[in-house]
Amino acid sequence: MTAGSVPAPLLTPRWLATAALLCCAALAAGEAWAQLQTGGTRPGVLATLWKWTPLVLFGPPREFGGFALNIAVSFLAMAIGTLAGLVLGLGLVSNFAPVRRLSWLVTQFFRNSPWLVLLFFVMLLTPFQLRVAGIVIPLPGWLKATVGLSLPIMANVAEIVRGAINSIPTGQWESAESLAFSRLQTLWRIILPQCVKRMIPPWMNWYAILTMATPLISIVGVNDAMTLTQDALAAEQRSELLMPMYTLLLFFFFVYCYPIARWTIHLERRYAVRN
Amino acid sequence: MRSGTEGQAVSTNPTWTPDQPIVAVHDVHKSFGAIEVLKGVSLDVAKGEVVCIIGPSGSGKSTLLRCVNALVPINKGSIKVEGQEVHDPALDKLALRRKVGMVFQQYNLFPHKTAIENIMMAPLLVLKRPKAEVEAQARRLMSKVRLEGKEDAYPGELSGGQQQRVAIARSLAMNPDIMLFDEVTAALDPETVKEVLVTIRELAEEGMTCMIVTHEMGFAREIGDHIYFTDRGVIVEHGAPDSFFTQASDPRTRAFLSQIL
Repeated sequence: MTAGSVPAPLLTPRWLATAALLCCAALAAGEAWAQLQTGGTRPGVLATLWKWTPLVLFGPPREFGGFALNIAVSFLAMAIGTLAGLVLGLGLVSNFAPVRRLSWLVTQFFRNSPWLVLLFFVMLLTPFQLRVAGIVIPLPGWLKATVGLSLPIMANVAEIVRGAINSIPTGQWESAESLAFSRLQTLWRIILPQCVKRMIPPWMNWYAILTMATPLISIVGVNDAMTLTQDALAAEQRSELLMPMYTLLLFFFFVYCYPIARWTIHLERRYAVRN
Repeated sequence: MRSGTEGQAVSTNPTWTPDQPIVAVHDVHKSFGAIEVLKGVSLDVAKGEVVCIIGPSGSGKSTLLRCVNALVPINKGSIKVEGQEVHDPALDKLALRRKVGMVFQQYNLFPHKTAIENIMMAPLLVLKRPKAEVEAQARRLMSKVRLEGKEDAYPGELSGGQQQRVAIARSLAMNPDIMLFDEVTAALDPETVKEVLVTIRELAEEGMTCMIVTHEMGFAREIGDHIYFTDRGVIVEHGAPDSFFTQASDPRTRAFLSQIL
């Protein structure tokens, strides 16, 4: 795709229409096929999907789960990953060589590991509860999984931070130095504020990637949208529902992530013009 | 510590007196990798003196200025500012930089701050002076560089000449004893060069010690108390402006001057 000439408006009618059309086509095909197979004796595919939608979106009654849990995990993992990534990114530009090298190692390790393997790693490495000063703190699976997902985010945010800091002209460092700012003051007051704008688009991009990776946490037995979709399919025992149910799940993620992608492109262009 | 009053000089070296050179550069060598940019440079600057350094591009002029406020470390030799060795590892670099202001070719204003915020930042955060006093001084400096009314403009909204004058004001807000100017008009449109030179001239007339790297020969001749000509990392020739520009003896100086003048 050629980026540049065409502006990228958010949520255009065209993409909404396309998305809706694709879904309807998939559902209609599934419906028709199901009716053919069963001779019209069982509830239709659409009705069945509609029945399971609340569960897949929000989890079982009086429990927190489903797609909402995927979003919650994405928020939390992003927050942890961003904070840790900021610290790690500052480590990458440290003047102190041991800190710089260690940060580099950590960054490279987590940037180049498969997320699923990292998840298993964290699940198996951490205990199911912690005992701190006599108080037992349980470590539920979803929390461990969130931490597992935040590790690659941390490493990638660190790279974003390092890249943004290095993209600030050296003249900014020189003039701050010549005004007797300390290195820490220069970073916090002069360099990082200028970095924020440059970091937002890639940071949002990683958020979308993270959200799409959240179904990985279904391996640890939490009631996320993926687990509940599989539960629903197991309860129905109808093979013609497989495609429609997974299409519905894909649709939820698409509706959530696509606007983020469009918005990222929009911001990238806006900031590219300014600086 | 420096108190809030302006223009008060505090030397960190009690043995230094104002009749000695305020900047004493002796046999300075500096290499970047295999390239030696300074090959034994020596010069003295007296308090209140205006020294202009001219010479072809790549002759080490800008590097020399950056060595004086320790932005760039030297390989050999000595640079003393108010009697204090600049390249002593134990030196408090931040203390040195409070005494030495520097203005750059590319202005290097902080783009996310307004003009007046650019001026106020260092006095507030580095010198920890009270805000009301710093703001009053910043407004005085804005009017001194003839930019009243532009206090709240961002650097991107100002012309090159205006940005450069904000940069000069920003440097002056630290009440330096010495000002370094590194080709401050080289990036400007011809019509805005003059407004910056007028500002520098006023500073020089007020008795500010200045080291000016410049390509503006007319300006150097008019404002300089002493002219240094550098070529390929050495000072080829120096003298008072009148004798320097009319009776240069070294063939390299004459060749350079004949191209420029």
